[in-house]
Amino acid sequence: MATTSKLRGGRPAARAPARTGSLRRHQIRTAYTFLLVPLLFFLVVRFIPTLMSLRLSLFDWNILREQQPFVGLENYRTLLEDGRFGQALRNTALYTLIGVPVQVALGLGIALLLGRVRALRGLYRALYFAPYVTPIVAAAWVWQWVFSPQFGPVNTFLGWLHLPAQPFLTSPGQALPTTAALVVWQNLGFQVVLFLAGLAAIPRVYYEAAEIDGASGAQAFRKITLPLLNPTIVFSVVTGTIAYLQLFTQVVNLNFTDQGGPLGSTMTVALYIYQLAFGRYQMGYASAVTVVLFLIILLITLLQLRFLTRRYDA
Amino acid sequence: MTVTAAPPPRRRTDLRTALAYLILTVGVILTLFPFAWMLLTSLKSFQELFNLAFLPADPTLDNYRQVLTETRFLQWFGNSLLVATVTTLSVLFFDSLVGYTLAKFDFPGKSLIFILILSTLMIPTEMLVVPWFVGVSDLGLTRSVPGAYFAIMFPGLISAFGVFLMRQFFESLPDDLLEAARIDGMHEFGIFWRVALPLVRPALASLAIFTFLGNWNAFLWPLIVIQQPQFRTLPVGTALFNGEAGTQWGLIMAASSLAVIPVLLVFAFFQRQIIEGIVLTGMKG
Repeated sequence: MATTSKLRGGRPAARAPARTGSLRRHQIRTAYTFLLVPLLFFLVVRFIPTLMSLRLSLFDWNILREQQPFVGLENYRTLLEDGRFGQALRNTALYTLIGVPVQVALGLGIALLLGRVRALRGLYRALYFAPYVTPIVAAAWVWQWVFSPQFGPVNTFLGWLHLPAQPFLTSPGQALPTTAALVVWQNLGFQVVLFLAGLAAIPRVYYEAAEIDGASGAQAFRKITLPLLNPTIVFSVVTGTIAYLQLFTQVVNLNFTDQGGPLGSTMTVALYIYQLAFGRYQMGYASAVTVVLFLIILLITLLQLRFLTRRYDA
Repeated sequence: MTVTAAPPPRRRTDLRTALAYLILTVGVILTLFPFAWMLLTSLKSFQELFNLAFLPADPTLDNYRQVLTETRFLQWFGNSLLVATVTTLSVLFFDSLVGYTLAKFDFPGKSLIFILILSTLMIPTEMLVVPWFVGVSDLGLTRSVPGAYFAIMFPGLISAFGVFLMRQFFESLPDDLLEAARIDGMHEFGIFWRVALPLVRPALASLAIFTFLGNWNAFLWPLIVIQQPQFRTLPVGTALFNGEAGTQWGLIMAASSLAVIPVLLVFAFFQRQIIEGIVLTGMKG
C-alpha cells in the first residue's frame, strides 16, 4: 500500500522560489480550507471512536444499566480464559490461512491462463467477476442451498460418481472450509482482474530477452513474472488478510438461525464481537475484543509489508 | 547470409492454448453454476422444490409474485438505493476534493495528513460500531425519517480508499492546465470543479461503482443501527426475512435473483470502468 510518488510535504528543494510569499500563503490557506470538513469527519467518525473503544474496554460497560463501573484490565484477563474467544480466534486464523493463499493462487493461475488466450478473453474475465458484484447475503443463501445435505446439487453429483453424500455446512468439521469456499468464490473475480493488471504492466522486452537467452517458460516465470508481480501479490495478500480477519457477513448468513455454525465451528472474531455487544450488551468486554482484533490486524499488516515487499532493480 | 529462424513448435502451443481454454471453461461453469441453480430454483413451484431435477418441469413466476406483494422487498430495495446513491455522491465529491488537494497543493503537514487518512483503513469496523451506536442512540437518530437514514449512511460518507484512488489519478494531471486557469484568474474551487474534475471522469466512474457496491452490500452497521422495519436495507431485510421465512427456498431464491439481477445488469454496463479502476489501484498500490 506504500505509495511511490513524493510523499514529502513542504516545498521540493529543487524548485526555485518562483512564487511570491503571498501567493504561496494563499495556496496553503486554500488547501486547509478544502481539507477542513473531511479531516473533521475522519476525526469524529474514525479516530475519536477508536479512542472511545480503548476507553470502553476498561469498563464493565452495559448500555442497559445506569452504573458503568471501571474495571481496569479485568476484561483482558477474562479474555485469556474465554474458550469461545479462543475458538473464534482459531477459526479466524484458519479462514485466513485457507482463504488468502487459495484465492491468490487461483486468481494468479486464471490470470496466467487468460494471458494465453486471445478470443473471448473479455467475456471470461466478466464471467469470473460476476460473483464479486453479487449481494453477499443472496450469495450465502445460494451456497446453503447448493451444499444442502439432502437437496443440494453438489451431493447429487457426488452420488453420480458413487461417492457418499457429505454433510458440508451441518458438520463441525466441514462447515468452515465450505464457508471459506464461499468467500473465495466471491473474491476470485477481483483477484483475477488484479493479477491481469499486474501482468499487463510487465514490459514484454524482458520476456523477449529471456527467450533469446534460451530460458525455459518456468525459468522466465520464476525470474521475471514473480519478482515483477511482487507489488501486486503484496497488495492482494495484505488487503485479503485484512478482509478475512474481519469476516462476518458470510458467516452470519450461512447460518442465520444458528449463528456460529455447528458447535461454533464457523464462529469468527467479528461475529463474536457482534454477539457480545448487541446480543448480550456486554459492550465493555466486546470493546476489549475489538482492541485485540485491531492489534492483530496492525501487527500482521506491518509484518507482511515488512517481509513481503522486495525491491527489485530491473 | 540468410538465417531462417526455426519454425516455432506449433502443435505444442496449439495444444497448450486448447488446454487453457478447457481449464478456463470448466472454471467458468463452476463459477456460474450457483447463479444458474438460484434462477432455476426460483422458478420451481413449492411441490417441485425438493425433487432434484435440474430444470423446473413447470416453471412458475409465483415465487416472484409472492416476494413482491407479500414482503417488504420493494421497500428494502428503495432504502438500499437511496442510501447507496447519497453515500456515493458524497464520497465522489469529498474524496476527489481531498485527493486533488493532496496531489496538487504544497502545504505543511501534507504527508502526515495522507498517512493519517490511509491508516484508518486498518481500524476494523467492529472497533467503531459500539461508539457509533452509543452516539446515534444519544442523539436519538433512529426514529425519524431523515435521522434514521443519516444514521445508516454517516460512516461511509467519506472513504479513505477513495482518497487514495483519487490522489493517484490527480497526480497524473499536468500542472500547466491548472496554472493556466490560475493565470486567467479563476478561483481555486472553480479550477477543481471545472478544470480538474472533468479530466478524471474514468476515476470518478470506478470510484462510484466501488462505493455503490460497498454500500449496497453493507451489512454489519445497518444490522446494528436499524431499529424499525421500514428502514431496513436490502441485505438486512433479506437476512431477517430468511430467519422469518424459515425454509421457503423458492421465495428466498426469488428474492436473491431480484437482488442479484439489477447489480449484474449495472456491472455488464460499466464493466470496462470497473476493471480500469482495479487496474489503477492495484498497479501503483
